[in-house]
Amino acid sequence: MGEFKVHRVRFFDYMPTAIRAMAFNAHTERLALGRMDGSVEIFNFADRYFQEKVIPGKDSRSIEALCWVGGRLFSAGLNGEITEYDLETLRPKYSLEAYGGPIWTITSNSQGAHLAIGCEDGTVKLFEVLEESIQFERNLDRQKGRIISLSWHPSGTQIAAGMMDMIRVFDVPTGRAVQRLLVDRGFGGSKSRETVVWSVVFLSDCTIISGDSAGKVQVWDGHTGTLVKTHLVTKWDVLALSVSKDESSVVVGTSEGTVIQFQFIAPTLQQQQDKEWVRTRTFKNHTHDVRALAEIETAIVSGGMDTQLVVRPLLEKFDERSHASALRKIQFPHRNLVFCAKKAGLLLFQFPGQLELWRLGESDGHGKPGDSLPLKRKPEKLLHLKRKGEDHICCSALSSCGGWLAYSTMSSVRLYRLQTDNNDISISKVPKLPKILRSAHQLCFSSDSSKLFAASSQSSVLVIALSQSECKYVHTLKPKSGSRQPIHLMTNSVDGKWLATANSDCEIHVYNVQKLKLHCIVPVYGSCPSAMGIHPTTNNLTMVHADQQIFEYSIVEKQYTDWSRKLQKQGLHNLWLDRDTPVTHVTFNPKNPEQILLHDMHMFCIIDQSLPLPDQKTQFYNQMTLRSLSEQERPSHLHAFKICKTFQDLLSVSLLDDQSLVMVERPLLAITCQLPAPVRQKKFAT
Amino acid sequence: MATLFEGFTLCGLVQTSSASDSAIQGIELDGDSDHAVVTDSTRAVTLYKVSDQKPLGSWTVKQGQLLTCPAVFNFQTKEYVVVSDNKVIRVWKEEDLNLDKAFKATVSADVWRVHSAPGGELVVLFQRGAVRLLDSLLSAPQQPIEGILSEKEVIRWSTNIVAEKQHFVLFTTEQRGEHFLYVQRLNPNTLQKYRLEREDSGASPLSFSASLRDKHINLLYLYPNGCVYQSVVAVRGPVGLEGVQALPRSLRLRLPVGEGELGAASAVALDEAHVAVVGMPHPSARTGKDFLCIWNTNFQTLQAGKEMVGRIRGQVWCYLGKLFVPHGKALSVIPYECQKSSLASALGKLRHPGIAVSKSSVAIPSWNTLLHGDQPQGPTKIVDTRKSKLRRKSQSAPALTVDQVLELIKTGPVEEVRREVEALVSRGDAQDLQLSVGRLACQLVARSQVETAFYAPGALARLVQTQCLCHRVPFLRWAGPLGFFFSKIMCPDLLLLALEHKDYFLCQLCLQLFPDIPEVVTCACLKTFIGVPDGDVEMVSLEPDSVSFMEGLVAAGARGGQQNGFSPPLFEDSCDPHHQPKPPQHQDKKNPTLQLEVCPVGLHKAVLLNEVLQTPYSDNLLVPHLKDLNAPQVILFLQYLQFIYLKYSQDVYTQTPVLRSPTMTQIIDWVCLLLDAHFTVLVMAPDAKGLLSNLQSFVKSQVKLFSELGKIEGSLQELHKMKPSKDISQYSIEVIELF
Repeated sequence: MGEFKVHRVRFFDYMPTAIRAMAFNAHTERLALGRMDGSVEIFNFADRYFQEKVIPGKDSRSIEALCWVGGRLFSAGLNGEITEYDLETLRPKYSLEAYGGPIWTITSNSQGAHLAIGCEDGTVKLFEVLEESIQFERNLDRQKGRIISLSWHPSGTQIAAGMMDMIRVFDVPTGRAVQRLLVDRGFGGSKSRETVVWSVVFLSDCTIISGDSAGKVQVWDGHTGTLVKTHLVTKWDVLALSVSKDESSVVVGTSEGTVIQFQFIAPTLQQQQDKEWVRTRTFKNHTHDVRALAEIETAIVSGGMDTQLVVRPLLEKFDERSHASALRKIQFPHRNLVFCAKKAGLLLFQFPGQLELWRLGESDGHGKPGDSLPLKRKPEKLLHLKRKGEDHICCSALSSCGGWLAYSTMSSVRLYRLQTDNNDISISKVPKLPKILRSAHQLCFSSDSSKLFAASSQSSVLVIALSQSECKYVHTLKPKSGSRQPIHLMTNSVDGKWLATANSDCEIHVYNVQKLKLHCIVPVYGSCPSAMGIHPTTNNLTMVHADQQIFEYSIVEKQYTDWSRKLQKQGLHNLWLDRDTPVTHVTFNPKNPEQILLHDMHMFCIIDQSLPLPDQKTQFYNQMTLRSLSEQERPSHLHAFKICKTFQDLLSVSLLDDQSLVMVERPLLAITCQLPAPVRQKKFAT
Repeated sequence: MATLFEGFTLCGLVQTSSASDSAIQGIELDGDSDHAVVTDSTRAVTLYKVSDQKPLGSWTVKQGQLLTCPAVFNFQTKEYVVVSDNKVIRVWKEEDLNLDKAFKATVSADVWRVHSAPGGELVVLFQRGAVRLLDSLLSAPQQPIEGILSEKEVIRWSTNIVAEKQHFVLFTTEQRGEHFLYVQRLNPNTLQKYRLEREDSGASPLSFSASLRDKHINLLYLYPNGCVYQSVVAVRGPVGLEGVQALPRSLRLRLPVGEGELGAASAVALDEAHVAVVGMPHPSARTGKDFLCIWNTNFQTLQAGKEMVGRIRGQVWCYLGKLFVPHGKALSVIPYECQKSSLASALGKLRHPGIAVSKSSVAIPSWNTLLHGDQPQGPTKIVDTRKSKLRRKSQSAPALTVDQVLELIKTGPVEEVRREVEALVSRGDAQDLQLSVGRLACQLVARSQVETAFYAPGALARLVQTQCLCHRVPFLRWAGPLGFFFSKIMCPDLLLLALEHKDYFLCQLCLQLFPDIPEVVTCACLKTFIGVPDGDVEMVSLEPDSVSFMEGLVAAGARGGQQNGFSPPLFEDSCDPHHQPKPPQHQDKKNPTLQLEVCPVGLHKAVLLNEVLQTPYSDNLLVPHLKDLNAPQVILFLQYLQFIYLKYSQDVYTQTPVLRSPTMTQIIDWVCLLLDAHFTVLVMAPDAKGLLSNLQSFVKSQVKLFSELGKIEGSLQELHKMKPSKDISQYSIEVIELF
């Protein structure tokens, strides 16, 4: 196969932000995740937890809680606003000032007719959910002290509200507080500190379960307002609570990073009637506060300060081992944040607040496999471009010649001309962009840098012609299907003829750029494509989906290629299918048309189409074996998938024109190092 | 007379930069008499096995922390206690590996020392003079600690003493050139303050040493001008006296200091009449103040002296007949012995103390005499009380007392002696047994030596089997030199006597149980064992375990050889001993494997030789005595060693698990020793030719083995080197290869 020179890049200081809130929509199997920077991510749990949409954050927006009403997503935050999101344009639909000070929580009743919010000023406000918006209805009796947490009784007639040092139960029709449950303070030094009831759930049998800052999980009888049971689970805070759909289990998240499950079971086998809430399991998958929690059908989903989303399957719900029964940790976004100018050897790193442009280092040495070569020139940061405005950057692009750079926020697109001669770099903003180009979900330059493609609303693509003097709107490419979903992937061919787009409806459109019209639609596959690329010589479109399937589609012949059919017929190796991170990049080797380069977070793979496909009995990860074999024995052991796991925590892999690979790693350890210190656990008399 | 024996180095010391600082803070005892807990001046506590000169465990505190008090052993809880950074008390057990994970408690005031004594609780002395029991302190670590000393007063030295259920903490302080002694009694707590008399020169004492003798605390202190003073404080002193009392002193010794004054010197009382002083000049040597001397304070005579190489730091500890002296770059352990000086000994009349002295002989000096020993009346009084106690006991039992048995031994017939000894041993409680066994054995040996017809093998064997004749009995750890007395005086006579009477069973017992048989005796045993005709020894009944081991060794090998006809592979590719049969007299080329199986000595003889092989020795001392063996004896022994070596080389070795069997190393060592001692003789002897060439093949095979091991080590190291992942920087250009 051969040797590659690898630029091992670790200077991309990508830092995900902490998870603040989550809401699971059991109907659509989508999880909405709110982060500290105000961004919202939508994960499709039916499609291998694929992160299908990202709504970029905004400086002024904060998300304290998320809530689904049907297919509509609402958030509320400490800026005092309720926001509804448009999941098709990936931007807030509208924001509504609630006039109650910072909002701590938002929750809808089970009928989906009303939203209740808890405000700093001590009011619980009810909003009616209308067709296109929401409307304030009334306040419940105003209380002293802020409303931290809320939970509707499933009947919709009562609301439990967690406050400072107490829980209130409101009667919704009258708006009166009917119960007042006093929550004890902590012991010792924390006696003087108010107890914050961070989270409450109201069950259909009128049991109220609360979690508070004194580390207690308390079970109350909502009818009588009496305390049934106290479980002291931590010395620190109990931050999040989530109840399963059948109300037989409650999970709580603590500041220690543990998730503790309570189940409503009979303590002994004999007395099956006398059920009680019993602490059953403890999971420790986080190092920091667990701020957000959801118990779904088969798993516990948790997230918090340590920025990772953890899906912990409940093994008793599974009969056999499969990809769904494995612990999933989602650490990296399922989209590209790194762009590589293949000709110029430049790297563009996208942060929410800025872009960084780096020039790779050089080495003229030669070495054996495994060697590190001496550096002739160190990598150099050429540019640090801060965004304008308070909207975060949602996409960016770098032309392969390194002469153009573009980025888009929710409100604007900016295009820059870059000029590098030797060590000097100059950047100039291209003025007067076409008016139609207001924002983009994806940006990409044609390989000759003569065009800019911008994915716009309703899966349409704007074509902009670039030249030294001006940039001009050319055309809008529209799909025939009339899909309203945003485009999340876009790629074009090297010869400049073809452009392929993929949207969240799993549709892939191929446009003829020269004729500016739709060429064909690739047959829709049930899983969302996570990466795709057009082959530079054959113009075959290679697609990798979230469920790890690989397809190759001949654009010219408008049909799957023979290789793709063979692959589908034989099936992919189970070890390939069981991988738990999606492939996020597909690229090709122009010097060797047989090779397709792919990567996910944990591996980098070269598929050699000339070699036989591995069957289930073949040793799949065979690089070590091949290394130990002699030159003569090797050919009989080769198969198409050549997987290298030397590089871990990969964010990007690309192949430069000089045949050297660029691997951008972001070691998880480096991310962990930058997190704030976790809660201190006392040991001995220190 | 007092004697300083050959010392040995316990451990190396880290050189400290400043001249006054020592590398060692303190040495303390442990539950085991052979252990020493050494605390260095910075961060480490190390537990040594003194006789083996090797560390058993070491604990350090983190960088940046400092041990501020020597680690002590809590005899009640078997835990170690140390103080770091003045305020943090740490408690751990021997099995704890990490000091940082050990129990810690921070107290509210600076601690000066933690003191420990067997039989007493641990006591914490604070820098401001307050005293607390450790237990009560740990129960409330932050309790307020009162200050007892005045502002400018600092503690110079402290110790604690347990006497008659009364616990004392003594410490001396200095305030503006004045020195005070504080005596703190615990339960009830009283504090008495004494002022030390001022030395004319105004100098401060260099060292203090306190000991308890005859219900009085004797404080010994040394001044730079060489004066050693003694002050006595009564244990049951006048309680309730207010204020500061003057402490009377008496000059015990005036040491010659040569030119100038003593710098770093220290004196420690060894017993009522002897003082060990370190850091003083030797009167007969010209220069240098680096001598360790033992002085007799009664006669003002120098008893023993030893030059300590390197800088002396004025520190000396004395535990169980050993002096611990840090000097230069090493901490040396010097065993000593103090005997009572008397005119009689000078005139040579006490040549056979065991025989000449009456029933209250001090052949076995008792612990009590050492502690409370008043020379005029001490021993008799002690024995009297014991006797009366025993009498009281024996009023109910018909068996004889120790003294009666001792009397009986002098005259009685063998069988009766055996019976009575048996009875006495089987009923005696541990402490009494310890002393009486020694006395009984002495008496028996003494009579046998005088009266050739008398020999009581049964009684002696029974006494040896009690294991009270060797000094490794834990209860003896406070007996000081006593332990040495037992092994040094008792066993050579006993063992030689047994050899004389051809009592091989007793010999075997002694070889097994006595830890320090002199090399000359070992050699004598060896010579006798080799020389004895097989017939004689086969009749003797020996310890069954060792016999069965030998039987197994002989039988297993024979069986193995016949079963598959496969010769052991060890020599196959180097040089095959089967084709160069080793004993020339047995040459049998047709059946080389068979002659291997023939043990050159009888079974029982082999068992006895095995015991010799397992006896501890030091080679320098052994080799000269080995020269006593004659050539045929050497050849026979070598043949035996070769036989057993070959047996071990087969897999038999691993198949027979026994408690006691000679190890491969011991065998090789003995072969080397014999060759060293008799090489020229062996080279000349025609009989030995084959043997020597075989032994050479041993060597070759060993060399080969080690070179193979070396290769393995090399490859393992390579593996090790491959493992550590490269330190990956922010950016690198690497080369990978995909297949």
